[in-house]
Amino acid sequence: MSLLKIQDLKVYFNARGKTVKANNSIDLEIRENEILGLIGETGCGKSILGRAIVGLLPDNVKIGGKIVYRSEDILNLSENGLRKIRGKNIGIILQNPSAALNPVLSIGNQISEIYRYHENMGKKEARIRTAKMLEMVGIDPKRMHEYPHQFSGGMKQRVMIAMGLALNPGLLIADEPTKGLDPTTKDKIIDLICELVINKNMSLLLITHDIGVAEKMCDRIAVMYAGEIIEIATIKNILSNPQHPYTQDLLNSLPKKGLNQTAGESPSLSSPPAGCRFHPRCRCIIGKCLKTHPQLMETEKGTSVRCFLYGNN
Amino acid sequence: MKILNNEINILKEAGNNRMAAIGGAIVIMLTLIAILASLLSPHDPFEQKLENRLLNPCFEYPFGTDDLGRCIFSRLIFGTRYSLAIGVTVVGITALVGTSLGIVSGYSRGIIDEIIMRIVDIVLAFPGIILALVIAGILGPSFLNVVIALSLTHWPAYTRLVRGLTLTLREMDFIEGAKALRASNIYIMRRHILPNCINPIIVLATLDIAHAIIFATALSFLGLGIQPPTPEWGSMLKAGIPYFRISPHLTFFPGTAIMVTVLAFNFLGDGLRDMIDPKINENILVSE
Amino acid sequence: MTLLSIKNLKKYYFCGLFNKKEIRAVDGVDLEIKSGRTLGLVGNSGCGKTTVAKIILRLIEPTDGRIIFKEKDITKLRGRELKNLGQEMQIIFQNPETSLNPRMKIYDAILEPLRIHKLCSTDKEYEKILKLIEIVNLNQELLFRYPHELSGGQLQRVVIARILSLNPKFIVADEVTSMLDPLVQAQILNLMKDLQEKLGISYLFISHDMDVVEWMSDEIAVMDEGKIVDWK
Repeated sequence: MSLLKIQDLKVYFNARGKTVKANNSIDLEIRENEILGLIGETGCGKSILGRAIVGLLPDNVKIGGKIVYRSEDILNLSENGLRKIRGKNIGIILQNPSAALNPVLSIGNQISEIYRYHENMGKKEARIRTAKMLEMVGIDPKRMHEYPHQFSGGMKQRVMIAMGLALNPGLLIADEPTKGLDPTTKDKIIDLICELVINKNMSLLLITHDIGVAEKMCDRIAVMYAGEIIEIATIKNILSNPQHPYTQDLLNSLPKKGLNQTAGESPSLSSPPAGCRFHPRCRCIIGKCLKTHPQLMETEKGTSVRCFLYGNN
Repeated sequence: MKILNNEINILKEAGNNRMAAIGGAIVIMLTLIAILASLLSPHDPFEQKLENRLLNPCFEYPFGTDDLGRCIFSRLIFGTRYSLAIGVTVVGITALVGTSLGIVSGYSRGIIDEIIMRIVDIVLAFPGIILALVIAGILGPSFLNVVIALSLTHWPAYTRLVRGLTLTLREMDFIEGAKALRASNIYIMRRHILPNCINPIIVLATLDIAHAIIFATALSFLGLGIQPPTPEWGSMLKAGIPYFRISPHLTFFPGTAIMVTVLAFNFLGDGLRDMIDPKINENILVSE
Repeated sequence: MTLLSIKNLKKYYFCGLFNKKEIRAVDGVDLEIKSGRTLGLVGNSGCGKTTVAKIILRLIEPTDGRIIFKEKDITKLRGRELKNLGQEMQIIFQNPETSLNPRMKIYDAILEPLRIHKLCSTDKEYEKILKLIEIVNLNQELLFRYPHELSGGQLQRVVIARILSLNPKFIVADEVTSMLDPLVQAQILNLMKDLQEKLGISYLFISHDMDVVEWMSDEIAVMDEGKIVDWK
């Protein structure tokens, strides 16, 4: 059953006189009770996709296509309708909690504000709910009167999780929830998110560049490169049988696999190469790759690849 | 987060650009007027024609004449020279001195920082205009003394701004890197810290020119600045006060000149502030 | 042969206005780095590993202990001698985006060490810089851009090129790849290893990623709360 369906999503914006095609015809489906990992390098447009789903992009960004949440196209919603969907049905954990939390409000205030605004709760009731949320993410509710600077990085991330989950959303988007954390803290945060998502029957879109984290958490993985999804498959298939040359290179570059290098740089989103966007760095290049742009095609059940080497592309 | 900031800043930039452009155009115009004053003015600003005193604006005297029969239009045009000269000189001196002290203070910390900042506190403890009045009063009225009085009161703003910036910069990796290269302190301050402070300094300096012009006209208005018969806007304003009821144009035109000039510099400064916001320089997607 | 050794290194900070609290950032650390080899230093953030690095480079004064580099005690070095030390030991920082002056073009940034140490005449600068960027595999057209126009991986290459201009014997690499993507990380680490083979550089390789440290290092020291707790 699909919970969120993205069809032909395009996100363009202008920067320094150039059109940046941050997302170029993205097709993605998030199923009920599923953890979907979105992995890709810095600047491939994965955070922008996350923000586009929750409607957190600035006004001058052009968005095309469809994002359907439970049979409702949220791109066509009014500001008000969107506000209701955001938070209540789709929660987001932003990256960099130090910047996302307001330094002059106590964390209790910041969480209870969500209840008071979205559910018109009274002060007392909101505070009780806040205490429950904090307990759930492993923070002593007594600390709700403290301010963000009194919390460590991992604790702040827990606060962010509590805020993302406050309204029991059906879908949670976590944007690099483990960035900048120590290995031990990282593991704890991963466990916490997994546990909560499974207990509450939610779906999770995990945006990360850390393949190790994705491996531990996800059911399926979508790999993004230069604003496009180039491969979607189950975690098992991705790890054991990666198909797209980029995915293969990415996995081979991990320390465990010997840090094998791939030459070249990721292309800029304002002037991607013609044809397949990976062709300048690809090991398995064929003639077609230079001129024709491959489509995302299903090669076997549950696996789709954007590459001419597979299927009838 | 950065992407968002960026987008918002670009929007802001577009909105404020118009203001900055208007401000900039007026400033350029005023500069041209000051340079070409003798060509533009229809009359000699010092020439007294008592038979023409207190004339209303007419074809021959576009802004009328004052109590001694001098052409107000010509006097205003020449006054531009004094106002701009004072503004630019004062800001030049204060920005130079204030910035140097700020960098030294923020970079060296410790006792030198303490001494410089206590002096700043002392200067800031007095309201600027009062301090300027006292200094101008002691030194006596003249162009040079106005510049001295204003410079002595205006430098702490730069020191504070630059010290704050330096304190942030000195913790950054590229400064640590320069230290690891064993670059001398003077080299680090000159090549690494100063260039990264320039933008905010330019903004502050532009706004400060407006401030200095107001202060200078205020001193002249109170009789402690440039003395008559020099056609300075502040002293013209003062000279017009007794005739305010019968000939309001004596005060109206110098007042308007001061206002337009000050607003132009303020517009320019505000616009510049938004345009050279450092965030715009950041790469759009680097920290996606 | 031992290139650098530190003995019983300590750095205590005192904080608090009235009840001065002693914080032991580094508490009696001994390390030894052989020439042409890599020593990995692992530990959680806040365990004092960066402080150790900065003390070795003489950016922070230690409370106690000795640093011996090339059989010479450099703990108290001053003036001319300290400046010359800058040519022999260098550091690469974690965040490539803040490691370069945002107002300095790449060209000037790479030549800066040579200019500071007056090691290259102006007419030979261009020749020298071409050699350097070839070593780190950097595109020539990037030379006249500003740091914010480059990607993290490119910037880290610039930082390496700039340090290499001095021919250092010893480089501290402080979490050099923790901000980089996997593919870029592989490129940079391979580059560093190649340089070690070609030029015989020793590294103190600081990281919290055990897999990376294992791949990179000959020996590994694990640090926790200011002390070395394990050797591998």
